[in-house]
Amino acid sequence: MTLVSFWFLLIAIVWTGFFILEGFDFGVGMLHGVVGGDEAGRRATINTIGPLWDGNEVWLIVAGAAMFAAFPGWYATMFSGFYLALVVLLGALIVRGISFEYRGKHHDPRWRRTFDGLLTGGSLVAPLLIGVALGDLLHGLPIDSRQEYTGSFWTLLQPYGLYTGVTLVAICLTHGATFLALKTSGDLRSRAAGLARMTAPVTAALVLGFALWTHAIAGKGLLINPVEIIAVLAVIAAAWLAFEDLEGWAFAATTIAMAASVLAIFSELYPRVMVSSTSPAFDLTIHNTASGSYALTVMTVVVAIFLPFVLAYTAWTYYVFRRRLSDQEFKTQPTA
Amino acid sequence: MSLDLARWQFALTSINHFLFVPVTIGLAFLTALLQTAWYRRGTPDYLRLTRFFGTLLVINVAVGVVTGLVQEFEFGMNWSAYSRLVGDIFGAPLAMEGLIAFFLESTFLGLWIFGWDRLSRRVHLLTIWAVAVGTVLSAAFIMAANSWMQHPVGYAMNRAGRPQLNDIWAVLTNPVFLWGYLHVLLASLVTAAGVMLAVSAWQLRRRGREIFAFSLRLSLIVLVPAIILAIFVGSELGVIEARYQPMKIAAAEAQWTTCQPCSFSLFQIGGGNNDHTPIQIIKIPHLLSLLATNSWNGKVVGLNPLQAQYAAKYGPGYYVPNVFIQYWSMRVMAYAAGLIVLLGLWGLWLMRRKRTPRSRWFLFAATWAVILPFVMNTAGWLLTESGRQPWIVQGIQLTRNGVSPSVSTTDLVISMLAFGVIYTAIGILDAALMLRYSRREIAEAPVPAGPDSRVPSMLY
Ligand code: HDD
Ligand code: HEM
Ligand code: HEM
Repeated sequence: MTLVSFWFLLIAIVWTGFFILEGFDFGVGMLHGVVGGDEAGRRATINTIGPLWDGNEVWLIVAGAAMFAAFPGWYATMFSGFYLALVVLLGALIVRGISFEYRGKHHDPRWRRTFDGLLTGGSLVAPLLIGVALGDLLHGLPIDSRQEYTGSFWTLLQPYGLYTGVTLVAICLTHGATFLALKTSGDLRSRAAGLARMTAPVTAALVLGFALWTHAIAGKGLLINPVEIIAVLAVIAAAWLAFEDLEGWAFAATTIAMAASVLAIFSELYPRVMVSSTSPAFDLTIHNTASGSYALTVMTVVVAIFLPFVLAYTAWTYYVFRRRLSDQEFKTQPTA
Repeated sequence: MSLDLARWQFALTSINHFLFVPVTIGLAFLTALLQTAWYRRGTPDYLRLTRFFGTLLVINVAVGVVTGLVQEFEFGMNWSAYSRLVGDIFGAPLAMEGLIAFFLESTFLGLWIFGWDRLSRRVHLLTIWAVAVGTVLSAAFIMAANSWMQHPVGYAMNRAGRPQLNDIWAVLTNPVFLWGYLHVLLASLVTAAGVMLAVSAWQLRRRGREIFAFSLRLSLIVLVPAIILAIFVGSELGVIEARYQPMKIAAAEAQWTTCQPCSFSLFQIGGGNNDHTPIQIIKIPHLLSLLATNSWNGKVVGLNPLQAQYAAKYGPGYYVPNVFIQYWSMRVMAYAAGLIVLLGLWGLWLMRRKRTPRSRWFLFAATWAVILPFVMNTAGWLLTESGRQPWIVQGIQLTRNGVSPSVSTTDLVISMLAFGVIYTAIGILDAALMLRYSRREIAEAPVPAGPDSRVPSMLY
């Protein structure tokens, strides 16, 4: 594999990692009111991701920075082209991040309800917009010969992009529900499991449509893409496992479904990184946007040395916080 | 118009980000020191202080993190032509920052906040040190990237006229980076020590909570050496500037003609890019020569000859930065530093023979002095970044050629308003929470601090 292809793969993997990890955070954020119910329950659900969400969000930062470093042309066109959408995305991520830290810092029901609302909204809008953006990469946007985006904000709202966004939100919901069922006990656990049973079949239908549409839009003919098949099988398995109350396996299945859905987009894109709807000649590809080989080599060494550490201490964190939480323990515990 | 808006946006968002960053860097270190004291001696008071200042750290980090996210996106959103041109070099340190520093910092901060009752005391102590290391590393990579914009090294132009990295070592040993990084770390210590000093002084003066005597002494012991070193490193930065960005230092003294030896004026009336003969008041002979060249009689080339030299080298154009900003940001930083030195020495004097400073005047001054580090930081960055103008990358790309061609003025106005509203809201929230949690009664030590006792977590 060439160095540029390797970096394309790496970026696809980082985006996938982001969606697997932050995906359930988004889901928990969207569901914490419904699953949590009263104040103690809400706190319990939020605390399931308390120690984890910030580390998970770093995957997004690394995805952006890796695109900047390895494919500056891609980063430049995409981030300036999606301008207003990214402003909204940043707004969503900001209110979400602030909600986690500040919600518990003041004992007042109105204060807490406000942050509950912001957390729910932010967790819904963020994956939706990122999904629209990823979908648009493959659908194609007006891009001229100098690799500049020539459309407007409204041009970004392509049906396929919007559908991708909705699909990813649905997967996040189910993924978050299976995560909560795995990380809580008592009432919370049964409510989360119930929600997983409700959302999983809908998600399965959406993913099926997504796989077909993705395949069609990529225009690569009838050649079967195994990743898309895996996405569909995994999400169906997730629905079935949710009904069987096998939480651990259901969570594994939503993880795979999420990973395969994100990878489906990237595998259909390759070797392009942004399709131009103006002319195929203006497509951004891994070759016409990449950094020099020296820079890529340096970063490959850095990744080879540091990624294992990151994975190791991330895994350790999940191990440390493996215990299930229940609303009982939050009935008495004060906030810091 | 788009250019101005993009510059204003970058300036405002990064100044905002850098209000929180030095507090995080410094306070993570100070909290780690407090926790180490608790680990070593087992005194419950140290644990109470650790948790008290740790909570302030957490409140501050929340805003630092979300404003940092905006910074990361802004290069591509507002400066796409710049990103396209220099991503090959500038992107690498940014990506390394995420992978090496941010993961470490965020993961271990989570472990620290939530891990009190899950980890052994030793491992838990290690987590706060990992956070401190993470913050210091993140400053390293971002400073390496920024220094490359001030003084590009380690690259070659390819045939398309794009700079391409060919020596990462040169980027990481860029003298502008090494000295600037040291200066920023010291500035962070000054900032956080200033915060700790202010909180402790307020608590002692207004509430008489004796436990804060310890943190007051600790902050003074960190503050004084840090500020003195920062001043020395700062003056060395002046020498570095004179070598690589002579425009900056000439503008900082509003020195239009070449001088040798050169004096430093304390104040001026008038001045600016259209007024070459301001009235300069109280000139200290030889001081500018010393600052810019480290020698008594050093020569500083004036703005006019430099302008002629640049125009000959880079083609017609105006290469002089905003002289007014340069002149005053330099002085604000220096004068504020002087005030902090005086305050610190006053505090140390009151602390002689192991006493705690009790003078109400001192405690009052120490509380209000908390504003100074933030003013200095902002002034310092204005000096650095505005002095780089009109270049976005010194000698390689002009700022006006770095903006995103596909982003309209309307887009920029909308984003300006959006960020304006959000930043104001979170700024108010953060300030309110910081004040409230700084004035709060300090909580009792959660559990008698036996050798293997576990402390309840700080939950959301
Ligand atoms: C508490 C903070 C603080 C303190 C006490 C000082 N500075 Fe500073 N200074 C900064 C905080 C700072 C900063 C915000 O951290 C900057 C901005 C960029 C940088 O590298 O550090 C900076 C930049 C900066 C620069 C520009 C470097 C460049 O253009 O790349 C110079 C020349 C100085 N400083 C000089 C001084 C002098 C002579 C000081 C003593 C009187 C001083 N600084 C104290
Ligand atoms: C966090 C502290 C920082 C502050 C307060 C700061 C301040 C500023 C200011 C005031 C400007 C506008 C200059 C003008 O008026 O033209 C600016 C521009 C800019 N700065 Fe910084 N800066 C900071 C850090 C950085 C860092 C670390 C980088 C790079 C990694 C950076 C990159 C830029 C860029 C790309 C621009 C836009 C182009 C320009 O106007 O030169 N800044 N910054
Ligand atoms: C203008 C360029 C900058 C960019 C793109 C940037 C990017 C970021 C990002 C994305 C974060 C959030 C990380 C997380 O989620 O944990 C962050 C936080 C941080 N940044 Fe910046 N940053 C910039 C300037 C600076 C400067 C100049 C420094 C230090 C000298 C710095 C030091 C830090 C530190 C210590 C944190 C972590 C904690 C906190 O925010 O309070 N950054 N930055």
